[in-house]
Amino acid sequence: MRFTKDHEWVSLDGDVATIGITAYAAEQLGDVVFVETPDVGKTVAAGDGLAVVESVKAASDVYAPLSGEVLEANGALAEAPETVNQAPEAGGWFAKVKIADASAYEALMDRAAYDAYLETL
Amino acid sequence: MTMQTVGRPTRPEDVQPLDAGFTSLTGGRGLLQDEALIFERDGWGKTGVDLPPVEGSADDLGDLVRTRPIGLPGLSEPEAMRHYVRLSQKNHAIDLALYPLGSCTMKHNPRLNEKMARLAGFADLHPMAPLATIQGALTLMDRLSHWLKTLTGMPAVALSPKAGAHGELCGLLAIRAAHEAKGDPRRRVLVPTSAHGTNPATAAFVGYSVTEIAQTDDGRVDLADLAAKLGPDVAAIMVTNPNTCGLFERDIIEIARLTHEAGAYFYCDGANFNAIVGRVRPGDLGVDAMHINLHKTFSTPHGGGGPGAGPVVLSEALAPFAPAPWVVHGPDGLTLVEETVEEAAQAFGRMSAFHGQMGMFVRAYAYMRSHGADGLRQVAEDAVLNANYIKARLSGVMTPAFPEGPCMHEALFDDSWLEGTGVTTLDFAKAMIDEGFHPMTMYFPLVVHGAMLIEPTETESKQELDRFCDALIALAEAAKAGDVDRFKGAPYLAPMRRLDETLAARKPRLTWKPEPGVAPAPLAAE
Amino acid sequence: MRYLPLTPDDRAQMLGVIGAATIDDLFADVPAAARKSEPFALQHHAGELEVERELSALAGLNRAAGAGPFFCGAGAYRHHVPATVDHIIQRSEFLTSYTPYQPEIAQGTLQVLFEFQTQVAALTGLDVANASMYDGSTACAEAVMMARRVTRRKRAVLSGGLHPHYAATTQTIAHAEGMDIVRQAVALDAEAAVIDAIDSETACVVVQTPNVFGTATDVTAIAEAAHAAGALLIVVTTEAVSYGLLKSPGEMGADIAVAEGQSIGNALNFGGPYIGLFTCREKLVRQMPGRLCGETVDAEGRRGFVLTLSTREQHIRRDKATSNICTNSGLCALAFTVHLSLLGETGLRQLAAINHAKAQRLAGALGAVTGVEVLTRRYFNEIAIRLPGDAARMVEALLEDGIVAGVPFSRLDPAAGLDDVLLCAATETTLDEDIDAFAQALSRRIGQ
Repeated sequence: MRFTKDHEWVSLDGDVATIGITAYAAEQLGDVVFVETPDVGKTVAAGDGLAVVESVKAASDVYAPLSGEVLEANGALAEAPETVNQAPEAGGWFAKVKIADASAYEALMDRAAYDAYLETL
Repeated sequence: MTMQTVGRPTRPEDVQPLDAGFTSLTGGRGLLQDEALIFERDGWGKTGVDLPPVEGSADDLGDLVRTRPIGLPGLSEPEAMRHYVRLSQKNHAIDLALYPLGSCTMKHNPRLNEKMARLAGFADLHPMAPLATIQGALTLMDRLSHWLKTLTGMPAVALSPKAGAHGELCGLLAIRAAHEAKGDPRRRVLVPTSAHGTNPATAAFVGYSVTEIAQTDDGRVDLADLAAKLGPDVAAIMVTNPNTCGLFERDIIEIARLTHEAGAYFYCDGANFNAIVGRVRPGDLGVDAMHINLHKTFSTPHGGGGPGAGPVVLSEALAPFAPAPWVVHGPDGLTLVEETVEEAAQAFGRMSAFHGQMGMFVRAYAYMRSHGADGLRQVAEDAVLNANYIKARLSGVMTPAFPEGPCMHEALFDDSWLEGTGVTTLDFAKAMIDEGFHPMTMYFPLVVHGAMLIEPTETESKQELDRFCDALIALAEAAKAGDVDRFKGAPYLAPMRRLDETLAARKPRLTWKPEPGVAPAPLAAE
Repeated sequence: MRYLPLTPDDRAQMLGVIGAATIDDLFADVPAAARKSEPFALQHHAGELEVERELSALAGLNRAAGAGPFFCGAGAYRHHVPATVDHIIQRSEFLTSYTPYQPEIAQGTLQVLFEFQTQVAALTGLDVANASMYDGSTACAEAVMMARRVTRRKRAVLSGGLHPHYAATTQTIAHAEGMDIVRQAVALDAEAAVIDAIDSETACVVVQTPNVFGTATDVTAIAEAAHAAGALLIVVTTEAVSYGLLKSPGEMGADIAVAEGQSIGNALNFGGPYIGLFTCREKLVRQMPGRLCGETVDAEGRRGFVLTLSTREQHIRRDKATSNICTNSGLCALAFTVHLSLLGETGLRQLAAINHAKAQRLAGALGAVTGVEVLTRRYFNEIAIRLPGDAARMVEALLEDGIVAGVPFSRLDPAAGLDDVLLCAATETTLDEDIDAFAQALSRRIGQ
């Protein structure tokens, strides 16, 4: 699993990246009440808006950590947005993206680097 | 003697107080009834009006006629009266106590204004009635315009916007039209980080992208940042003055100069005009457009969220682009320009179906005439005095966000004084409810941590201000003394305890629906 | 000054506490050049009697709709409002409260909004309603922009039967946001023509029923055509009482319905304040503009109401909000809900039937006048008639006879070439003798 400074996580299986927000982000946001997931087939570039996550009092953009095409969105979040709080780095994933360039994945922070980054906040 | 000993007891029994868990057997709280929705009262088929019989048939409408039930319950008149009066008692109101919502200007609403708005000549007047029958209404609009232009020092006013945000839209549309007329459509609008949410929302609505301007440590627009961000693609800046920190923008004239130098227009959010009315004219500050919330500065009632009115004053440069309709003097009296042709060819269009919020115009004009130029000046002075008094009295226990210098009509505190108490701004605000006050504006402006923005307005007496300050000081001391439960569970004494907003947002229930299987008669027919 | 509680002594004491010598010290941040030392050249303060005298004199220069035979409609309708309604909306707790941002002390307003939303959804046959917009015309513009967000398309087709002021408002506001607004030619039965204008780029079609000429239309086929092309159908209604008699927009396939709600609970007020009704299908709710009230529970598990889904709104979403609307028409919504609660389904249906019957009588009487043609065949409470000359001039002439005959179409849309068309409405407030007087005077004037 890899991480971004914007608190997204990515795990890679072949050329399919699963993307979500980190436990730290979920904790900071508070109770998640809605997730606007991307349309399947949408092409995103790294840094583009991929999803929107809403708590009662705020709406936050979630950026695509990697470029690619959206293969699947987590439809279960529509009925159970609380999953993002309960299992942010597992069942609370937002989208699966078919990526073009696996090397970009390796360029992201690993767990240790991300934890070190959190220490600086 | 004759010793009469029967009758009711006349003093309370000496009993131990019940703990906080006391509840009634039926769900209400004494005189505050637990009031069911109108849909839960078995009023299907009932009506509270007596109408004459129908003399005709709807056969001519054929299959356009509704056949399915609508699903509307009815109430007899006494039931309706009781239902809505009971509900009313669960509301706080300016008529009950100080209502210190910063940026909202909750002031006394004179009932003379209500009476005037209900005169048949105003209330029972149709917007498209023949001109000869509406001369009084047009005269009133003309006089209101004269007052608004004189008080702001601006040459023109568009009356039709229906609220502050609608006024912002009107102002930006005029700005956009002015740029387009010069063949120079621009793309960006600059907005300070402390702005009301309506400012960036409106700019985006009109198709502009929004760039934020930084704020200085003393709560004003950062001139250097403004200068750096101004450029040939900037259409306008939107600055609230006095700003949302309750401070007057000292460099306002320089802000206007820089803006104009870059070929942009200066939109002023007039939400806080109450602080300067009768003392300062925005026209003297270089403003090109400003909306005036009649429901704030000129005391038309807020009504639980509206209606408001948001006339926009415009500079010479923008006046030709004002939207239809407007009032003009003609040979046979006053008339309305309703179409964007001929002399109105540059008008950018129309903001709504008719002429604006006439009901609010009557109230605002009655308020202005009651105060007069002298009284309005006193309004600003007392509004500013009251806010500074609160700031001075509370500074001993709470931390003002900008301690240096005076504030204008509202006093802003941050939450640094709550650090380590375990009490948040929200908790503190909810505890104010138990003391009988409406909370202040919280967590706005966004630039101040845990912001508490207090606007008392000029219609509070010194006695009420002291009562308010005493309550807040007592609460602040309780927070610092570790009386955390008082805050975390607050409010205890309101009609309701704290509500679960997460549940409401996760599983939205936005209309009443019959319980499955127990649908009331008219709906079960479906 | 009667609205200002501070005494000179209070002010002096308070300045002392603040540590300021004079009030001017508190205005020290205002640039010296902009400080006005004298009151402006406007009248000075006035007592209640004096203000009442001036405003009563102005009101007296107007002719109230109730002062005689009166037939204006065109988006604003004179109805009887029960006295109870005005009493309730003048309760301090409703009149002088703010937007219910503190739900623990605003359950009165919130429960009313929940009842209002439920009533409006029922009337329109749709799933969810918001807590109101400024008026019908701005609700129409907002609906068009919402269709853009839902479909991600930019083209909106406005029917030629849409009230010209609604079309102009929509054009002004939605065009600014970057939409292509196609307004079809004005015609009495223009609705079906929108079908041919629907293409794969169309975000929505906007159809009014009853339309500006009073024509009621079944829009089911339009809904089907719109949906087949992936577009939304927006149905506009300017006379909310018509919901009591006519099929609802939802029943006919509308995705969004907007309306002017003034007819229920609210006076004519020379055009405002009015109340925009806004409803849509449930799946579109996240793209809806405006406030929404929802049900929840409090810390003790008791049912209560809060404003919800507010991340759509400007105070949170800022430049990405679904609308910039903040203040809406709360008190007008209260008036609407109280009046509709008094009517109930029984009363509303009867009221609507009475309105329709009055219009039948009006159509019959005017149609019998030589030279007059009743153009609207299927109407609710308003008809368009064709006169043998200029309608605006006829309105002026009939005013000399004490009759306010209606709204000349040329006043709404001078470019339409319908100068001989007059819009005439009748409601439960219209007396049969007023209709007779109108027909007789019209007959006399045409004969001249």
